[in-house]
Amino acid sequence: MSKLVALTGNSALAHAFKQVEPDVYAAYPITPSTQITEEFSEYVADGLVKTEFVPTESEHSAMSACIGAAAAGARAATTTSSQGLALMHEVLYIAASYRLPMIMAVVNRALSGPLNIHADHSDTMGSRDCGWIQIYSEGAQEAYDNLFQAVLIGEHPEVRLPVMVCMDGFIVSHSLEGVELIRDETAKKFIGENKPPFSLLDVDQPVTFGPNDLSDYYTEHRKQQSEAIKNAMPVIREVARRWEEVTGRAYGYFEPYRIEDAEYIVLAIGSVAGTIKDAVDELRQGGLKAGLLKVRVYRPFPGEEIAQAIRNAKAVAVMDRADAFGALGGPLFTDVAAALYDNPDQPHCINYVYGLGGRDVSLENVFGVYHRLEEIARTGKLGQRCQYLTVRSEDHGQEPALEIT
Amino acid sequence: MKKIVLRGWKSLPLGGIIPEGGNSHDYATGSWRSCRPVLDADKCIHCLICWIMCPDSSVVVREGKMLGFDLAHCKGCGICDEVCPDKVKCIAMVDEGEAKEAYGDKDMDDQVLPWEPGTY
Repeated sequence: MSKLVALTGNSALAHAFKQVEPDVYAAYPITPSTQITEEFSEYVADGLVKTEFVPTESEHSAMSACIGAAAAGARAATTTSSQGLALMHEVLYIAASYRLPMIMAVVNRALSGPLNIHADHSDTMGSRDCGWIQIYSEGAQEAYDNLFQAVLIGEHPEVRLPVMVCMDGFIVSHSLEGVELIRDETAKKFIGENKPPFSLLDVDQPVTFGPNDLSDYYTEHRKQQSEAIKNAMPVIREVARRWEEVTGRAYGYFEPYRIEDAEYIVLAIGSVAGTIKDAVDELRQGGLKAGLLKVRVYRPFPGEEIAQAIRNAKAVAVMDRADAFGALGGPLFTDVAAALYDNPDQPHCINYVYGLGGRDVSLENVFGVYHRLEEIARTGKLGQRCQYLTVRSEDHGQEPALEIT
Repeated sequence: MKKIVLRGWKSLPLGGIIPEGGNSHDYATGSWRSCRPVLDADKCIHCLICWIMCPDSSVVVREGKMLGFDLAHCKGCGICDEVCPDKVKCIAMVDEGEAKEAYGDKDMDDQVLPWEPGTY
C-alpha cells in the first residue's frame, strides 16, 4: 500500500531521506536545496530518525564528513546545489576514488556568475567526470524513486560508488506535485542493510584509506574505478526492476517517449521533458512524427543504448541545460554525438543550449526545434550545429507584464 | 634480489586502501637518503636522545642500549647527529656516496651491532 500526497520536490526528497534513514547526514544549506536539509533536520530533532545530523560550516566539510562516515562503514548522505557542489568538487573525487558509496541529492541550479539561483545543469555537469553515478529526475516522483534506487546501486559490491540524484531547482524543487509514497517498512526492506567491506572503526581489522599512490599503482586504481562505473550499468537495470516490483513504476537508462517510429527526436534531461512530451503530442496530431528521449542515467552514459534507440530518426536535437564553454557543444551533445559516431547511417544531429539560469522553455520554443529538424531532413542543410535557444542578439522592446502607475 | 610483485587491478584492494595495519616496516624509504649516520660505538653513552628524536624509528635500541641504525628506513635527516650531546658526538653524517665506498651498499644489518637477548 502506498499513499498519494501533494509534495514539493524538496519535501519528497526530505521524506525519502527520512525513509532511507542514513546513519550520517552532513550538509550545509544552499538555495534551492535548503528545504531538504531543513525538513530532514526536523525529522532528526523530532526523533523520527536515528540519523547523526552534522550541520557543517561549508559544503566542502559536508562532503568530507560524509567521506569520513562512509569510510567508517556508515550509510552517509548529503544535499546541495550549485556553488555548494562546486565547493565540494575536489572531495567528490575522493569519495569516488576511495570507493565509498553515499547518496547526494543535488537540486540543479546555475553556477555563478553573474549570480543566479534558478534551474540549470551547469553545477552537476561540472561534476560529470568525477566518478559519481548521476541520475536525473523529471519531477518530484522520479526524484523520490531515484533516491531509494541510488542507495542500492551505489552499495552494490561490484560498484561501490557514490551516487547523485539530480532534480531541477524551483521548477521541481519548489512545485507541488502528487507523489506516491511507499510505506516505511517497504522502504527499509527495499534498501536493506549496508554491508561495507571495511570500516575505519574496526580495530580487529585495521585499514588505511587514502594512502600515497605512486605511478606504479595509480593507473591500476583508476582502472578499477573505470570498471566499477561500467559495472553499474546492469546493476542500475536490476535495481530498477526490483523497484518496479515494489511500486509498479518502471525506469530505464532513459525514457523513450513515442520514439518507435519517430523521424525527429529530441534528447533532453530533467524537467523540460514534460514540456517536450506535450509538444510531441501536439506535433503528432499535426502529422509530424516527433519523439523524445529523456536521459535519466547520465553517468555511466548509456551511449550504445541511446545510439540504438535513435538510429532510425532522420534528425535529432540534443538539448543541453548547460554550456560546455569552448567544447564542440553542450555536455550531453558531445556524448550523444560520440555515441553516434560508429553508426554508419547516423541521423543529422544538432545541439541547443537552453533554459540557462531558469529561463523558461515554452511549447513554441520546442515546436521551433522540431520544425528545424524537419527542415534539416528535408533540405539536407544543417546550418549552425550548436546554438543557444531563445538568446537575444539585439535589444528587444517588450510590454511590461503589469502596468506601473 | 628479492623479486617485487606488482599487483594487477583485479586483485588490488578497492580504492587504494591498505586492509592491514603495522606494515610501514615493509616500505623501505632508505633510498631517499643523501647522507647516512655512522655510529662510533666506543663513544656512545646510550643516553638515547637520538632514539627519542628520530622522526622515523631508525635508531635501533635493545634493552636500553643504542645499537646502530635501521638504514632501510633512515632518510638521513641528521637530527640524531644534531641532538647527540656536545661532549659525546658519537654520530657522524657521512655522504652516502662515500659511505657506500667505505661500508658497502648494504642495509641496516651492517650498521647495527650484533645483539642477542640478555647480552647487556
